[in-house]
Amino acid sequence: MFKNKSFIIGITLLILITSFVFVDNTVKGQERLVLATTTSTENSGLLDELIPPFEEKFDIRVDVVSVGTGKAISLAENGDADIILVHAKDAEKQFVEEGYGVNRRDVMYNDFVILGPPADPANIKGMKKAKKAFKKIADTESTFVSRGDDSGTNKKELSIWSSANVEPAGKWYIETGQGMGASLNVANEKEAYILADRGTYLAYSSDLDIEILVEGDPELYNPYGIIPVNPAYHSHVNYQMAMAFVGYITSQQGQKIINEYTAYGKVLFHPSAITSKNLK
Amino acid sequence: MDYIFSALKEAINLIITLDSEVTNVVGTSLKLSLTSTFLAALIGIPLGILVSKIDFKGKYFLNTVLNTLLSLPTVVLGLFVYSIISRKGVLGEWGLLFTIKGIIIGQVLLILPIVVALVRNAIHDIDEKMYKTALSLGATGSQKFRLLISEARYGIIGALITSFGRVIGEVGVSMMIGGNIKGFTRTITTAIAMETNKGRFGFALALGIILLSLSFIINFILYFFQSGESK
Repeated sequence: MFKNKSFIIGITLLILITSFVFVDNTVKGQERLVLATTTSTENSGLLDELIPPFEEKFDIRVDVVSVGTGKAISLAENGDADIILVHAKDAEKQFVEEGYGVNRRDVMYNDFVILGPPADPANIKGMKKAKKAFKKIADTESTFVSRGDDSGTNKKELSIWSSANVEPAGKWYIETGQGMGASLNVANEKEAYILADRGTYLAYSSDLDIEILVEGDPELYNPYGIIPVNPAYHSHVNYQMAMAFVGYITSQQGQKIINEYTAYGKVLFHPSAITSKNLK
Repeated sequence: MDYIFSALKEAINLIITLDSEVTNVVGTSLKLSLTSTFLAALIGIPLGILVSKIDFKGKYFLNTVLNTLLSLPTVVLGLFVYSIISRKGVLGEWGLLFTIKGIIIGQVLLILPIVVALVRNAIHDIDEKMYKTALSLGATGSQKFRLLISEARYGIIGALITSFGRVIGEVGVSMMIGGNIKGFTRTITTAIAMETNKGRFGFALALGIILLSLSFIINFILYFFQSGESK
């Protein structure tokens, strides 16, 4: 049996390493709040500023799961999240009406921008109305990149197409099924038009040739709402802490953090739960 | 090319400065991969021996299923495990979603077929005469078991190396079941996916370099034990 000595040593070593790593386990036994949110929110870095003061105050760990708005909502519907922070007003309304969520509050907003190649083949630069710009893109059959992933941005894009009375389809319309960053890269490579949230665009802008062509239309307004999951529907959710988080994020302290947060030298989100004079 | 050089620089920088976020992510990845491989070995090695040495009805079918599972996409397995441990699922009450335990369950399921199939093959390759001699000399159950393991040890270590490689590099299960939660279930691979999405390609590549280096070190150790005594 001496022959398999080193085999046994190998296995023992594996066990030792395993148990060693087991000892060094991440925080245990602490209360947790699962927050499902959108990639754009987490990628912006805002949550890294916003969440720690709350965690400290309430001695809780907030676990942020960042996915598209559509998936965040379905996670919450399945009871796999305690609270969601998303941007898709109609879907949020439906989520509350169907009884999955309660006590929705406005938190903040930013805006979408329409990007395109500097050559601007559809000639939309400086247009005031997003839907008119979309119509022109469709009429000239200029390449347009859609996320096609049921995210908040994708939902907004589809609603602009429908208000422009265009059924986007054809060779010029590309659906990536990927996140904002990946889709921006596709649009850049294809010299195509794309709808993006301003925050993600700013994060990418140094690597992109496509630029902002249309902005400022009220239709491009991008409001974020926070909704706790209804405890009457999913009795296991941490409703109390979810409400505490709603209270915190809409409080003067939470709103101030949002107001003062900058990335890439720009303000990314504007608080909307309290009036600006209360931010002083 | 720029990315690659700046990534190399960033990777070295991250390792030297022991960036706390990076060490956390690396620790989580290591913990998960080693634990999953260990658990899969614990279950899979005996199963592999059984599948190889015991004849039963439907063995052909079972072997085909095993071989098929080797090509299971991680995302499909992730979806499957999600549907079970989601609050809506059969095991929903256990609250396993978005936890380390949940990921380990998914990863063990992912590599169990690999361990069983490769151990089965390794046992097949053993010289049949030796086993028969042991039987004729009246070897007990545990003696037979030890003989088989000892004779097939290279193949078994190979199975573990393959399994470890599969889990440390997988992203589907960790992402869907773990949720890429910062400081908790974020692994090297989910961090790479996220950083790529953020447009921080250099940082993502740096993490990739760290992952490969880790994998190299662990394989180096395992290979040392695999070849150490064949001299």
